[in-house]
Amino acid sequence: MTTTLSPQTPGSGPLDVQQELYGAQLPSWGSKAVVGLALVVGAALYLTGTNLVLAALAVWVVSLGLPVWSVVVEGRRKATDRLVTVLVTSAFALAMFPLVSILYTVISKGTKVLSAEFFTYSMRNVVGEGGGIYQALVGTLLITGAAAVISIPIGIFAAIYLVEYADGNRLSRWIRFLVDVMTGIPSIVAGLFAYALFVVFFGEGVRMGIGGSVALSVLMIPVLVRSTEEMLKLVPNELREASYALGVPKWRTVAKVVLPTALAGIVTGITLAIARVIGETAPLLIIAGATDSVNFNLFDGRMATLPVFAYQSIRSPGIPPEFSIDRAWGAALTLLLIVMLLNLIARLVSYFFSPKGER
Amino acid sequence: MTSTLAPRRKRGTVVRAGDRIFSGLSTSAGILILLVLAGVAAFLTIEGVPGILANPDEVKSGQSFWPYVWPLVYGTLIAATVALIIATPVAVGVALFISHYSPRKLGQILGYLVDLLAAVPSVVYGLWGIQFLAPNMVPVYTWLEDNLGFVPFFAGPASATGRTIMTACIVLAVMILPIMTAICREIFLQTPRLHEEAALALGATRWEMARLAIFPYARSGIVSAAMLGLGRALGETLAVAMVLSVTAGTVTANLISSTNPSTIAANIALSFGEASGKTVNVLIASGLVLFVITFLVNFAARSVVDRRKEFSGAN
Repeated sequence: MTTTLSPQTPGSGPLDVQQELYGAQLPSWGSKAVVGLALVVGAALYLTGTNLVLAALAVWVVSLGLPVWSVVVEGRRKATDRLVTVLVTSAFALAMFPLVSILYTVISKGTKVLSAEFFTYSMRNVVGEGGGIYQALVGTLLITGAAAVISIPIGIFAAIYLVEYADGNRLSRWIRFLVDVMTGIPSIVAGLFAYALFVVFFGEGVRMGIGGSVALSVLMIPVLVRSTEEMLKLVPNELREASYALGVPKWRTVAKVVLPTALAGIVTGITLAIARVIGETAPLLIIAGATDSVNFNLFDGRMATLPVFAYQSIRSPGIPPEFSIDRAWGAALTLLLIVMLLNLIARLVSYFFSPKGER
Repeated sequence: MTSTLAPRRKRGTVVRAGDRIFSGLSTSAGILILLVLAGVAAFLTIEGVPGILANPDEVKSGQSFWPYVWPLVYGTLIAATVALIIATPVAVGVALFISHYSPRKLGQILGYLVDLLAAVPSVVYGLWGIQFLAPNMVPVYTWLEDNLGFVPFFAGPASATGRTIMTACIVLAVMILPIMTAICREIFLQTPRLHEEAALALGATRWEMARLAIFPYARSGIVSAAMLGLGRALGETLAVAMVLSVTAGTVTANLISSTNPSTIAANIALSFGEASGKTVNVLIASGLVLFVITFLVNFAARSVVDRRKEFSGAN
């Protein structure tokens, strides 16, 4: 909206009046011309063999010509405004650079190794070429699944407590505040917690899939509580009151009226929370460990997971290293695809299933 | 449903079994969260204290706890601080671009694009950092050493692999960018429309409007965004562990050489696999130190956010 309110090029009028009222201005095509010129220069440099970063830098330097031109024609204030516009826009371009670069690198290096074998073979007894990520896929799905089974009930019930039962009492204020603080717990600390907890029961050097699930739950619960709470708050109070007016007890109101209304949002939140923890590496490195064999038992011994597999493959690639590094990129691509897919599902669920008229 | 119409025995509300169970479940879930947080602190302390008290000859590093952990704390703080210095102006710029400079219809899509950065797993950042960013940064570091070598940060000798703390800081900056941008954007959008229009009506340019109306309103929000970003950067593990080439016990201001201090989190990730006995306890104790640092930073950040309740949506 603000753009329509910013100073615009003046309408037509007698030239002298315009001059008097508005002062000198760059022609309306000025900014487009400079940006266009900058892009042409950048493209020319890149095509003639300058490296991408230098070409981008050239685009930026030429764009700075706009404020310079402006300071000559329009004066200092307008020039500062144009300078900031260039800076803010280039900040966005700068932020997009790693995203594009990461996606490009992962996809171009990862697609090489993707094959049926890559997804259906484990790394057991594989030296050099071949092998796959089957054991890591199994581990990731089992550990994340178990983490979801632990976290979802706790997260949703805690959110129900905060919204429906707490009435803003002191306990709920503390829970809300500490949940916010908990979202900032470093993932490695969650892993150490799980280890410290399991050591007490199982002795030193314990490695278990379920420990990974516990660590991931510590990271997942606060995200779930926050998103579910926001969704429950969006349910109109009239629905609850209508239900009470019909004599429905509170718990049935929550279970049959409030939760179904908020269901799409809650499912979106769950999916995003899973997407967030499925890529966690550090806690699994600590408590779930790494192995080349397939392990279906969460309660017995080491379990491989995708992120840890990618990490180990790059950390100790063996000889010759290329095959292992290729597998690391393949695992990274698989992981990235899973995360993006979960994000997409979350967006679609919230788009298609949320009550109409909201958001 | 008919049960609800059953005649009541007493006046006042009837407490039904279902209600009692349901509210009990909800309340205990809430309390469980408090217990988990307490449990994190408690178990880290139980397993960590033997590490703090361990004799130097009982642990792998051969040092007592505080001399061992100090360079790690230093590395953690310097990496997070430099990352924050890089990320803050970019995050504010990106947020301002999305909220006030880009066409409004595009804003949401651009916001999704930035959020995509948050969806990238940290191990992928690590891979990207070590295989793409580090080699590409080598010429930059050589240039910095040649031209700005008199600044202690760029004293050199420049690393030949690019696996320096500066590279780690850039990766960290990219990783904390999405959350900082999201919070800043949310707050910029909440600036009262009338303030903005008043500034424009007085003849302010768009930048002057931002300076006069948006920034004063959003200052505390930007501060808390930066602190939350700092919390993330302090605790980030894998990206640093993969990118950094570490020399144990280094304390240096030099950002571009091949001898770098490690961070607490990265050190745990790198050493935990081979650790045994008291060494494990030392690592857990260093994790406790990290937990306390991040807890304090997040606590402070959330306190600032909570003072302005309307920002709570900016999560």
